[in-house]
Amino acid sequence: MARIGVFICHCGENISATVDCGKVAETIGKLKHVAYSTEYKYMCSDPGQTLIKDAIKEHKLTGVVVSACSPRMHEPTFRKACAEAGLNPFLCEMANLREHCSWVHEKNELTTQKAIDIVRTQVEKVKLNSALQPIKVPVTKTAMVIGGGIAGIQAALDIANTGHKVVMIERSPSIGGHMSQLSETFPTLDCSQCILTPRMVEVAQHPNITLYTYAEVESVEGFIGNFKVKIRKKAKSLDEKICTGCGLCTTKCPQKKIPNEFEQGMGMRPAIYVPFPQAVPNRPVIDKEHCTYYIKGKCKICEVVCPTKAIRFDQPDEILDLEIGAIVVATGFDIKHADFFPEYGYGKYKDIIDGLQFERMASASGPTSGEIRRPSDGQVPKNIVFIACAGSRDPAKGIAYCSKICCMYTAKHAMLYKHKVHEGRAHVFYMDIRSGGKNYDEFVRRAIEEDHVNYIRGRVSTVFERDGKLIVKGVDTLLGAQPVEIVADMVVLATAGVANAGAEDLAQKLHVSYDQHKFFAEAHPKLKPVETNTAGIFLAGACQNPKDIPDAVSQASGSAVKVAALFSQDMLTREPLVAVVNRYAPPMYSTCVGCFLCQSVCPYQAIEREEFKNREGKVVKTVAKINEGLCQGCGTCVALCRSKSIDLLGYSNNQVHAEVMALLNEY
Amino acid sequence: MSDFEPKVVAFVCNWCTYAGADLTGTSRIKYASNVKIIRFPCTGRIDFMLLLKAFANGADGIIVSGCHPNDCHYTSGNFHAKRRWIMFKELMDFMGVDMNRVTFSWVSAAEGAKWADVVNTTVTKIRELGPYVSYKELVNKSVEEEVKND
Repeated sequence: MARIGVFICHCGENISATVDCGKVAETIGKLKHVAYSTEYKYMCSDPGQTLIKDAIKEHKLTGVVVSACSPRMHEPTFRKACAEAGLNPFLCEMANLREHCSWVHEKNELTTQKAIDIVRTQVEKVKLNSALQPIKVPVTKTAMVIGGGIAGIQAALDIANTGHKVVMIERSPSIGGHMSQLSETFPTLDCSQCILTPRMVEVAQHPNITLYTYAEVESVEGFIGNFKVKIRKKAKSLDEKICTGCGLCTTKCPQKKIPNEFEQGMGMRPAIYVPFPQAVPNRPVIDKEHCTYYIKGKCKICEVVCPTKAIRFDQPDEILDLEIGAIVVATGFDIKHADFFPEYGYGKYKDIIDGLQFERMASASGPTSGEIRRPSDGQVPKNIVFIACAGSRDPAKGIAYCSKICCMYTAKHAMLYKHKVHEGRAHVFYMDIRSGGKNYDEFVRRAIEEDHVNYIRGRVSTVFERDGKLIVKGVDTLLGAQPVEIVADMVVLATAGVANAGAEDLAQKLHVSYDQHKFFAEAHPKLKPVETNTAGIFLAGACQNPKDIPDAVSQASGSAVKVAALFSQDMLTREPLVAVVNRYAPPMYSTCVGCFLCQSVCPYQAIEREEFKNREGKVVKTVAKINEGLCQGCGTCVALCRSKSIDLLGYSNNQVHAEVMALLNEY
Repeated sequence: MSDFEPKVVAFVCNWCTYAGADLTGTSRIKYASNVKIIRFPCTGRIDFMLLLKAFANGADGIIVSGCHPNDCHYTSGNFHAKRRWIMFKELMDFMGVDMNRVTFSWVSAAEGAKWADVVNTTVTKIRELGPYVSYKELVNKSVEEEVKND
């Protein structure tokens, strides 16, 4: 007979403030099969866990219901505690009294009643639980890093330095990401390229890293330790082994008017191109969309001039199949394009640019060789206005969050401008200055105090042109909401950081969660910031939310440690919540009729055919069999099975039925 | 207003809606306490016969909620649930079961506020529709008849 122990947690006051825990414990204690019911302030604390362990032994419990927070939070904690007391961990269930009850309802009778009902469902469920043994699966000790920006580079190098193999995938022709576009970096003003390029080269030369640029993830299947990844290596129209990177083709290409992505559209590039001089790998690719040969069928000048005959026009895309144990997603971010702000006149007036365009302009390798010049006429602007929070913290525009990096880079931009144009005047419109970080606030103070940047607290309503000058109309809230009008030669918009194009698509391929802004979601906002909800997939950098370089790098190292910890095991243990096809003693074998509808819906190809033979060796029946190493326990086959021959451990038909009945029926 | 408190059962998937409901809690967004959640690994696991069992045993309303299309943790479970739902709805409609009492929705792990919204809208609707006794009575009657015929 079942002997269930129920442990009601107060969670400090988080539960007990709205739920009468004493009443819940008392009511539940009277239920049939409940051998022990008690309450305690913090079940997850050491004495709390000891309480559970002692009760298991003392009352010879056959099942435990811990009624506390969400099982997504502490289920492993309490299952471990049960195991330590000698109870099979899968005989422990959690009733979610905090997230699903006390935090979302007011203090009243109904809330306590709901809490009782929630606990009852789990009591009924746990009675039907069975002792399960964890499944062991092997680990493929190769990691894949998606994205070759600074976060991806750091993660790849850290993993590779632990002695494990890493495959790095980068969508564009070169690694380096946004950091390679930056001029200088706050708060030290050290040159971005100078600190980044050695690391890029290190990636290319590391014996443990295989780099695929111009490649994208095609599909991801499998699970932690055993992912099967297909990547598409887009045709570069070039034999990389022969190409020496001399660059002759790029100078001879007749197509020269393609907006240069690396220069944020401020410069032009040919159809066969190396994105920037320090690119890794330093080999050109042909942009098929713009190449005259691919469009019109003739040209081939690059092929003619190439000294090593490396051009391959008929090169197909290549699909590679990789076996991967863990994945680090480091796909970065993008900035909101300034055409999102018609009120600021972007696109209408040439001298309104965004933050990344300013970075290129201030960069020595950029389109103006590091000089700040107006795009319209090439003049040096005498008055420049920086508008912070262009889009960020603006729920009306759909972006309620702070993009985090803009306050700092705007201060840097204003400073760089003042260092280059000593007599010029720089104005910054800001909402608040958010400069938390080591030496960050000092940096902003330096912009204001030493470089005399004019900071105006208020927002800009509109930017328009008058007599060839840009008029920036805003308000100074520190002077009692006084309207301000600044005549500017150039305006720089610190536009919001947003998720990268394709982030949603990739998240869906990886089966990881993402938020409404398409940023990847961490498993827990505080305690699992680099993990995703999908085991074996980790996050690094700004694909999670906009972050600066130090944060991206720290997180990348964090995810690398997670990968290394995973790879330190030869076998992984996995929850045994898998589907099973029923089996009875002969001659019935199973109620499965062998229709194999289940096989067609299984997303993991986990359903196999099993033949039963008679004494003569003749096949008398074919039934479905679940490969428990592959099954992930989604249960789609269970709901589909016409003869109810498949069941899901942990969520069996009887268990869910018992839960529903417990909710609805009197007790 | 009558003092009718509807009993609403929510069948949700572990990865999106259950986590979304957790977020509702973490964000301390209040909603009607009439809804009680049953956790499934995936909406694809939900046998819709269970919805009928719930109605037969006194549920006044039901919510089925999982991951948005393409967001399924298991790739395709929510599509199977959706297809099953369409068939089920047509059949039940034809048979005279009041399908206004079932809410089918997608709530992601990031949509805590949406979950509160789905719950409140459903509870308000069910409150207006009143207790669902006709199906329960029908089932009980047919059971009685069966017993009599035996």
